[in-house]
Amino acid sequence: MANVMVNAPKTARKGEVVQIKAIVLHPMETGYRVGTNGQMIPRNIIERFTATWNGEEIFDMKFSPAIAANPFVTFFATASESGKIGLRWKGDNDFDVEHSVDIAVE
Amino acid sequence: MSGRRDFLAGAAASVVLLPAAAWASPDSLALAIREVVGDKELREGKVKLDIPPLVENGNTVPLTVSVDSPMTDADFVKAIHVFNEKNPQPHVFSATLKPRNGKAMISTRIKLADAQKVVAVAETGAGEFWTASANVIVTIAACIEEPS
Repeated sequence: MANVMVNAPKTARKGEVVQIKAIVLHPMETGYRVGTNGQMIPRNIIERFTATWNGEEIFDMKFSPAIAANPFVTFFATASESGKIGLRWKGDNDFDVEHSVDIAVE
Repeated sequence: MSGRRDFLAGAAASVVLLPAAAWASPDSLALAIREVVGDKELREGKVKLDIPPLVENGNTVPLTVSVDSPMTDADFVKAIHVFNEKNPQPHVFSATLKPRNGKAMISTRIKLADAQKVVAVAETGAGEFWTASANVIVTIAACIEEPS
């Protein structure tokens, strides 16, 4: 289980635009660097980040190697109903991490 | 993932579509942008690209792209793409948005291999393309140095 940190409000009014910040620990190795042994370090990146609200997709992002290590993303979503904000990161070497946070909408 | 051959064929096709003096920057950047924009008009404006003009460490450069849009069903931003001029690959990220996002704004952190131009392109639901760019000076480059 990779380390994930998510910052999103625990409560929101219906229709409010909330800010969601997410970070996942990952080296984002570009595949363009030479290691101390003189060999290329193989690419190991996250390629895709998706966010859902109670299962409905609300945000999607494709990463290139130019995203910094430990990818950090801030985005916004309109609060619809109480439930779960789901976040998922997928990438090289079968990297697949999911995390969700609860939000109560009044 | 399409093959190298397909990419080259696509790249060659894009060259034909490229207006003569559209971009003064290196070809790969212009090609990557054309792959997204196609033969549509790419206009300056509406997009705001916040990135520090001078960064010490190219390994992690904060960047925020925001687009002036009400994010309603009739008028919203469908996608935000970011490109660069001098990294090994011109593409940085592509994000897909919906009216549901409420605000067309994304922040992340990127790597820059050298002092260079960074370009943001926004695509609206109506199929318009808007762009903004910024020049960044990097003192310690990312990507190509040996790991310590």
